[in-house]
Amino acid sequence: MKTTQLSRAIFLALLVAGSAQAAKTDVTIGMQLEPPNLDPTGGAAAAIDEVVYANVFEGLTRFGPDGSVLPALAKTWEISEDGLTYTFELQAGVAFHDSSAFDADDVTFSLERAMAEDSTNAQKQLFANIESVENVDGAVVIKLKTADGNLLFNLAWGDAVIVAPESIETLATAPVGTGPFIFKNWVQGDQIVLEKNAAYWGEAVALDKATFKFISEPTAAFAAMMAGDLDAFPNYPAPENLPQLEADPRFSVVLGSTEGETILSTNNAIEPLDNVLVRQAIAHAIDRSAIIEGAMYGYGTPIGTHFAPHHPAYVDLTGKSEYDPEKAKALLKEAGLADGFTTTLKLPPPAYARRGGEIIASQLREVGIDTEISNLEWAQWLEQVFKGKDFGLTIVSHTEPMDIGIYAKPDYYFQYDNADFQALMESFNAETDEAKRTELLQQAQNIITDDYVNGYLFQLAKTGVASVKLKGLWENSPTQANDLTGVYWED
Amino acid sequence: MRLRSFILGALLVLIFFSAALISYVWTPFDITQIDIKLRFKSPDFTYWLGTDHYGRDMLSMLMIGARTSIAVAIVAVGIGMLFGVPLGLAAAAYRGRFLDEAIMRGNDLVFAFPALLIAIMITAVYGPGALNAIIAIGIFNIPVFARLSRGAALSLWKRDFILAARAAGKGVTRISFEHILPNIANLLIVQGTIQFSLGILAEAGLSFVGLGTQPPIPSWGRMLADSQTLIYTEPQLALFPGLAILLTVLGLNLLGDGLRDWLDPRLRHER
Repeated sequence: MKTTQLSRAIFLALLVAGSAQAAKTDVTIGMQLEPPNLDPTGGAAAAIDEVVYANVFEGLTRFGPDGSVLPALAKTWEISEDGLTYTFELQAGVAFHDSSAFDADDVTFSLERAMAEDSTNAQKQLFANIESVENVDGAVVIKLKTADGNLLFNLAWGDAVIVAPESIETLATAPVGTGPFIFKNWVQGDQIVLEKNAAYWGEAVALDKATFKFISEPTAAFAAMMAGDLDAFPNYPAPENLPQLEADPRFSVVLGSTEGETILSTNNAIEPLDNVLVRQAIAHAIDRSAIIEGAMYGYGTPIGTHFAPHHPAYVDLTGKSEYDPEKAKALLKEAGLADGFTTTLKLPPPAYARRGGEIIASQLREVGIDTEISNLEWAQWLEQVFKGKDFGLTIVSHTEPMDIGIYAKPDYYFQYDNADFQALMESFNAETDEAKRTELLQQAQNIITDDYVNGYLFQLAKTGVASVKLKGLWENSPTQANDLTGVYWED
Repeated sequence: MRLRSFILGALLVLIFFSAALISYVWTPFDITQIDIKLRFKSPDFTYWLGTDHYGRDMLSMLMIGARTSIAVAIVAVGIGMLFGVPLGLAAAAYRGRFLDEAIMRGNDLVFAFPALLIAIMITAVYGPGALNAIIAIGIFNIPVFARLSRGAALSLWKRDFILAARAAGKGVTRISFEHILPNIANLLIVQGTIQFSLGILAEAGLSFVGLGTQPPIPSWGRMLADSQTLIYTEPQLALFPGLAILLTVLGLNLLGDGLRDWLDPRLRHER
């Protein structure tokens, strides 16, 4: 009798526990870096978009999980014959989180603000081709300077989200958008909490609450995952721990692709790196497979140019920079540097840079190139390398989607100045025919590879760890985002 | 018992000093070459302590790491003695006067900052690197030696043989260096070994947080930091540099204690 009572009690307890679990509607997501602010239209940090993109803020268009451009606040659009005028029909019944209504004036305000002379937008080039933005009877009409096949893509970026003039002052600390989640609070150095937007115009989300927790130390990230403090870590920072997490039945490890071309960025404006022979020598001195294995424990796809391998226009050019130390030495000799030379190698904090840097330094030493390694924090890296251009070599992952256009900017930090390439990119931007665009993109990839502008290492893998019951997280990273709109708990 | 721990300490210190010295002419393997295929080898007859996450020989890494630690600590203690001892002697010689006050209050100021904080401050301003770590640890050592020499010298200044030297017409500087310094030398040596072990710990700590020795030069602290995420799968990578730090510091402390007992006449009589 007693045993039946006991087992009944246990059964009941299990039932309660089971139903409690089924009803779970909150999620805690781990991130390595904390955003410096929460205004995606005023900051370059990827961490901003990783919190607010698609969750708090929306643009006219948006990226889907596969990188395709989908309608968001714009319901439909029409493109004029000459490709110069885009007319966007907006979603009805949309309101900002502060209850102010969303209309075409907010769109014109947001885009004009981003385009403005004094705009602090980190990706101003996205808007450079826009002539004017107008509100015509509730629809948004965008006029372009030249025909541009990129507009819908450009408007999907986190930097192009729509903000309201009423809340613009406090955007950085208390973002107000139109998305399915409302910003709740931010405990600096610890976490950001979002809550469900009950009045959301679109499909309702399954989650009631989402917490982003910031854990910079890989060791602490591992401990937090194991302790169950986190439900998911979409960009897990320590690939060496993944086999252990995978072996744990509580977690699933999802491998996907990112837009992160990890490159040995080379200062094309200083001696002797301005010599293409020297850059070619560096390219042949690098053993990509050793770097991917040693720095990323095998997670990563080798690339031979600045382009994502999963993109349809990708050309595999890794053959042009095969690992061949003898050839590298011969090229150095040809460049008049038979005894090698010394340059700097400045490394930002991520493991791909720090570990990859040590391996590359050893590989370069084999062919006679000595590197002085200095490990920098992100702020120092941005100051010295990205802004100050005071570097010889550096390793960094360019995580923006489709960013081969940076090679057309001679004042960009690696200072590649090739008029042919710049002309090519101009004709690409003006081209609207898909087949021709692909062809131009492939030409562009070939030019930068033949010029050995940078050392092309690998495409950063997205190594996501999540509870096995948590579904709907993005497998790949077509843009920097943790889109929670489709996330739910499986019973 | 005392003697035994002294011998143990001396032995440990000897092992690490010889490992560091030998590394200048020979290491089992070349650690500048990274071969990923050889990584995470368990200790065997080829790789006595196994290989690290880049396929480098751990024993060779530890030997060169010992060199780094010892070099940083020696120079740092050297800086501390070079500046600290004369300052302390001067303060004692002019006790109670302005110079004494100025020196000792300056010391208090440096002392008020924790050592590691000074080091982080210096490396933050002048950039990370072994040289700045040496300077940082050295600066922290100055007040230690200044205080010690002043205290010891003060009691000596009251002694008769100093009075005799003064009567013989010797100046303050000569007395300080010819009579005071030799008599406090044993104290300085003992303190030196203690500071030496603290210097090794400080270097390891700074390198652990990335402000000390920069790659590719091996450092015990950085080896520990690198093995952090691997501690569950490859615990030996953390174990060996950890043991190296522990045993060296232990050895230096035992040696310091033993030296103090041996050099201090009062303690010697008691034995």
